[in-house]
Amino acid sequence: MEKIRNPKDFWAGILFICLGIAAIVLGSAYTLGTAARMGPGYFPRILGILLIALGSIVALNGLRTDGPRIPRFHWKPTFIVLGTVVIFGNVVTYLGLALSTVFLIVGASSASHEFRWKESVVIGVLLAALAVGVFIVGLHLQLPIWPVFITAG
Amino acid sequence: MDLLNHLAVGFGVALTPTNVLYALVGSLVGTLIGVLPGIGPVATIAMLLPTTYALSPVSALVMLAAIYYGAQYGGSTTSILLNMPGETSSAVTCLDGYQMARKGQAGAALSISALGSFFAGTVATILVATVAVPLSELALKFGPSEYFSLMVLGLIGAVVLASGSLVKAIAMVVTGLLLGIVGTDVNSGTQRFAFGVPELSDGIGVVSVAMGLFGFAEIIANLETTEVRELVTSKVKGFWLTKEQIRAAWPAVLRGTGLGSVLGILPGGGAMLSSFASYSIEKKLSKDPSQFGKGAIQGVAGPESANNAGAQTSFIPLLTLGIPENAVMAMMVGAMTIHNIQPGPQVMSSNPALFWGLIASMWVGNLMLVILNLPLIGMWIKLLTVPYRVLYPAILLFCAIGVYTISNASFDVSQTAFFGLVGIVFLKLGCEPAPLLLGFVLGPMMEENLRRALLLSRGDPTIFLTRPISAGMLIAAVLLILLIALPNIRKRREEAFAEEAG
Repeated sequence: MEKIRNPKDFWAGILFICLGIAAIVLGSAYTLGTAARMGPGYFPRILGILLIALGSIVALNGLRTDGPRIPRFHWKPTFIVLGTVVIFGNVVTYLGLALSTVFLIVGASSASHEFRWKESVVIGVLLAALAVGVFIVGLHLQLPIWPVFITAG
Repeated sequence: MDLLNHLAVGFGVALTPTNVLYALVGSLVGTLIGVLPGIGPVATIAMLLPTTYALSPVSALVMLAAIYYGAQYGGSTTSILLNMPGETSSAVTCLDGYQMARKGQAGAALSISALGSFFAGTVATILVATVAVPLSELALKFGPSEYFSLMVLGLIGAVVLASGSLVKAIAMVVTGLLLGIVGTDVNSGTQRFAFGVPELSDGIGVVSVAMGLFGFAEIIANLETTEVRELVTSKVKGFWLTKEQIRAAWPAVLRGTGLGSVLGILPGGGAMLSSFASYSIEKKLSKDPSQFGKGAIQGVAGPESANNAGAQTSFIPLLTLGIPENAVMAMMVGAMTIHNIQPGPQVMSSNPALFWGLIASMWVGNLMLVILNLPLIGMWIKLLTVPYRVLYPAILLFCAIGVYTISNASFDVSQTAFFGLVGIVFLKLGCEPAPLLLGFVLGPMMEENLRRALLLSRGDPTIFLTRPISAGMLIAAVLLILLIALPNIRKRREEAFAEEAG
């Protein structure tokens, strides 16, 4: 095995090859049909083959040419930001828009180098008021403002 | 005259109070995000798309279109005053605009960029109105094989003009096409790649893909670097141009407008390419190229006119052929689909009020921008003092609420976050997200036309080569790839992109 000289291209190529294989394997359950009467599996099959071919070119290119290294992944901010968004989306119907907003703002802010507790809580409260005003009062969005277990009880 | 009648219809629609209001809102939001770095028009349109449900289709499209050209105005403001491009299409404006500001000519630089943009916007509006009719008529004659080949050409053209590796970009298009066919197959009713998830049976939402790839990934990437932002100019005055400045600038405005209009129509073109091309042409044509980079007014006037012209003429392929040529236009396809309008040549005849209204609104929006932009500059500068650590959680919040409201589904929010992660991975591997979005939007249309074309030819794939228009477009696509693949042209292309980056 040669040394990987252009890691960005090499791994991008591998990724495309995997996607292509996945498309073909997962798509093998669908009727292929003929060119004249294409089944649902026909187009995905073409795309899968194309993707494997293109991925191979990119990956080979990664072996033959020199290129920059893959920049470091910053997992912490990535998962804090995406995680708070996912949690927000899943709790907003129970917790209500107000508290969920404060959670999202404080949570997402903590991903920054310059995180400041008090500041983010204040901004969270302000934005919660704004969000309730715009989306629930203004646009009549079907969301509770306060936690359902309090208002229902 | 037909053109005048059409424009009369258009202005009748565009000048209704509601549509004027939405053009204004779109222009202001566009300017705002143009001023703010770290959020571009694609993510913004994705963010606001759900709120347009309640609007009429015309108002929705008027507002979303205004965001795109409004961003061109806003982007130039920060380039000139802060040496910091709010949008990539204004990056070259930094070179001379900021130097003008340092010489105390910030007002003049802002004026010429606004006036040049307005002039370009006016010409581009007329151009869109003029070529729309013949192009749509031509497109109506297209059969499925022509359409399929047109999409191939459009996608190839879009990636050829994009920076970075060609093969990678094509692979991203194919990945996008695959994502585009997730959901229920219209012909057989088969669920494809849905993994038994009921939410996926309607396909992946374009908002989730765009917001994840362009919004979330961008925010996370920005968090990795510590920002340095200095406010240089606090007071701007002297908006009037001197006679010498006008004399120096107007040929650049004309050239920029012409160049931008042409490049905007090409697949993959649009605002960014136009401004870069205009700058290098102005520099080459100048009697004294050494002035460039030191505050030459042509270096502001040309690119600023070009990016606005390009932003507007990039609507031509979308409105007449139904083919988006850049990521913003892909979002417009998404917006039209949400409002049950199938983009394509039939829009003009089936929905003339929408078609001409949208075109006329572009001119109205440009007029408002030129009037509002200069007085509001103080306010935009104030906004820039809001630190990013405050800004990005707010952007995330509006994204999250926006995507939730599409169908009141938590699943959509998680899906968007997933595409944010995908976006980060692609970013690190040097794969551009724009081709993926184009493929994603065109996926279903492409499959449908391929299927129909081969049904008509009884499975004979040579149909794409025996029908002349289709063959011509495929040959053009192959030529484009060859052009790039040839070594010396590739070298020149890389040099051009290196220049842009520098």
